[in-house]
Amino acid sequence: MFTPGADGVNAPVGETDDDLIQLLTPDGERVHHQSYSPRVDHLDRVALEGLYRDMVLVRRFDTEATSLQRHGELGLWPPSLGQEAAQIGSGRAMAPRDYAFPSYRELGVVWTRGVDLRSTLHLFRGEDHGGWDPNEHNCHLYTLVIGSHALHATGYAMGVQRDGDVGTGDPGRDRAVVAYFGDGATAQGDVSEALTFASVNDAPVVFFCQNNHWAISEPTQRQSRVPLYHRGRGFGVPSVRVDGNDVLASYAVTAEALERARSGGGPTFIEAVTYRMGAHTTSDDPTRYRTRADEEVWRRRDPIDRMRILLEREGTPSEFFTGLENEAEQFGAEIRDYCHAIPSPPVERIFEDVYATEQAQISSDRAWLTDYLAGFEEAAS
Amino acid sequence: MSEQTTSGTQRITLGKAINLGLRRAMERDPKVLLMGEDIGPLGGVFRVTDGLQKDFGSDRVVDTPLAESGIVGTAIGLALAGYRPVCEIQFDGFIFPAYDQITTQLAKMHYRSRGKAQVPVVIRVPYGGGIGAVEHHSESPEALFAHTAGLRVITPATPADAFTMIQQAIASPDPVLFFEPKARYWDKADVDVTAADQVLDTPGDVRAVVARAGTDVTVAAYGPSVTTALRAATAAESEGTSIEVIDLRSISPIDIPAVAESVRKTGRLVVVHEAPTFLGAGAEIAARISEECFYHLEAPVLRVGGFHTPYPVSKLEEEYLPNLDRVLHAVDSVLQH
Repeated sequence: MFTPGADGVNAPVGETDDDLIQLLTPDGERVHHQSYSPRVDHLDRVALEGLYRDMVLVRRFDTEATSLQRHGELGLWPPSLGQEAAQIGSGRAMAPRDYAFPSYRELGVVWTRGVDLRSTLHLFRGEDHGGWDPNEHNCHLYTLVIGSHALHATGYAMGVQRDGDVGTGDPGRDRAVVAYFGDGATAQGDVSEALTFASVNDAPVVFFCQNNHWAISEPTQRQSRVPLYHRGRGFGVPSVRVDGNDVLASYAVTAEALERARSGGGPTFIEAVTYRMGAHTTSDDPTRYRTRADEEVWRRRDPIDRMRILLEREGTPSEFFTGLENEAEQFGAEIRDYCHAIPSPPVERIFEDVYATEQAQISSDRAWLTDYLAGFEEAAS
Repeated sequence: MSEQTTSGTQRITLGKAINLGLRRAMERDPKVLLMGEDIGPLGGVFRVTDGLQKDFGSDRVVDTPLAESGIVGTAIGLALAGYRPVCEIQFDGFIFPAYDQITTQLAKMHYRSRGKAQVPVVIRVPYGGGIGAVEHHSESPEALFAHTAGLRVITPATPADAFTMIQQAIASPDPVLFFEPKARYWDKADVDVTAADQVLDTPGDVRAVVARAGTDVTVAAYGPSVTTALRAATAAESEGTSIEVIDLRSISPIDIPAVAESVRKTGRLVVVHEAPTFLGAGAEIAARISEECFYHLEAPVLRVGGFHTPYPVSKLEEEYLPNLDRVLHAVDSVLQH
């Protein structure tokens, strides 16, 4: 039976770590797992360095964006600090034709989909509600209403089924969908309904839940009385729990789930156990709801640190790390310059794309504002 | 077949007209699919989808889990994947579990993607009262959706309109709430079911029509109330009053120019709908007409509709609904002003 931790705060949901898939310990030691280790065997040192680079650059971007918010350049920012391994590992397991439905903290995921990370700034600067073309990257826009997009991902996967792009055995054709959400979202009805629809339809969708332990200020225990990966099982969806701070394990379990989905084996639920090291967004104050001691525990499980130890052990030269540091610094400077240069949209934007075809009320409202503004210009001239 | 009067024209019910419209849309476009509860072998609780699963298969006529948010949410995903889902919500009062998906997601997807993501989802909703149903089965929530930018809200009043308008809704690149007047499902009229497809050239542009010409008072109505308005016009005619009935057909957008044109002629306007008058579609029409036709109006615009209460028990719905007497009372009032 699950019982909340005595401190009521940071006891892991699920009393045992026996089921936790891990291929790389916090000390940078590889762990052999009979089922999952073969999923990363093909990753040579260059590939591993690539995963490390992904995480470092995404963290650099995240740090810079957080700083830009503090300087008033962004209205809000949801930091992904600490969750890089879950996002990069799962994202890099996806193939180009797979489709991702991120929540709003999936900086690492959109990076793996080839989205220019700078376009994520537009939403938080109040210049755009989106920022990129979802079809160009097979990566939907951020969804802010918690859990809503789990249904969109499932519906999209039902479309993939109807297109016949499942179970053909042709890797150039078969595709799958990944829905990203957090621990808090598992309490939402839409996530339960998505699991139902996915299950009864054998939809090719992977539910990737990043249990980062906090739904703003509420610990996971306020969302669930069972380990989160048991949620999937209740719907008849194979479910697995993975160390979300381990990029290799995150990659391996997602690769397996995607393969099952693409081959017609239906959905999978993945709980990636990680930790949000920053605030939920720059608007909240984590010191009000958690302790520095908790944060320190998780700092010692940092996803980037453990990968660096592994790389050093496996022969990556120090020049690689120095070069990457320089690259990250330059990246940070570019982000600042880019953000400062984002212009405010023209006022006409209010009326654009409300409908695919013009609607009378929009035309009427636009005409009114145009006349109203023209009145000021006439008065000034 | 005995009801077939001439080649291409059949005397059919409004429910059957929607069924034939759905069939035609599915034949025309293989990306059209239907989703809902009990719409397969049962054909829907009102039998509107009767026979469609048999002919198009269970992948295109999908019996879904009993989960309205799930129906609309997965329809959004299917639309993003290039399909044209038509969702059936079994009854008006059951749409609220899907309200979040409709208003926060479906309505805004095109806007927030700046046109990159289109979601041509149609949501069919049997609505309105008058059939003696239990609670949650007789509501008129159309104003809630008309108030949400990004959605189109339309409702047919006749079998012929039902046949064409459901096809227009499906052809629309924008999401459409298609409200079906359930009390009129069994009304019969001639429908040209082989009509050419030119009506689909302007799929998002459903205009009001003059259902009956008149000169003394304009009565604007939509959906189930159009029949009531037409009956009122017939009754008033015997007393020497000429009522012009406007069938709005679309609630978002509302065809205000059509109403204004009529009011400039008659000088008087009564708006009729089943939904509560408070903040309803009639309130918008009254405000717009007073702005645009102030000097043509001989009397204040009156509304006939539901009260600001939950839909009452069916034993009292006759008093709640805008019946013939209440419409005529309002017509008399604007004439006496």
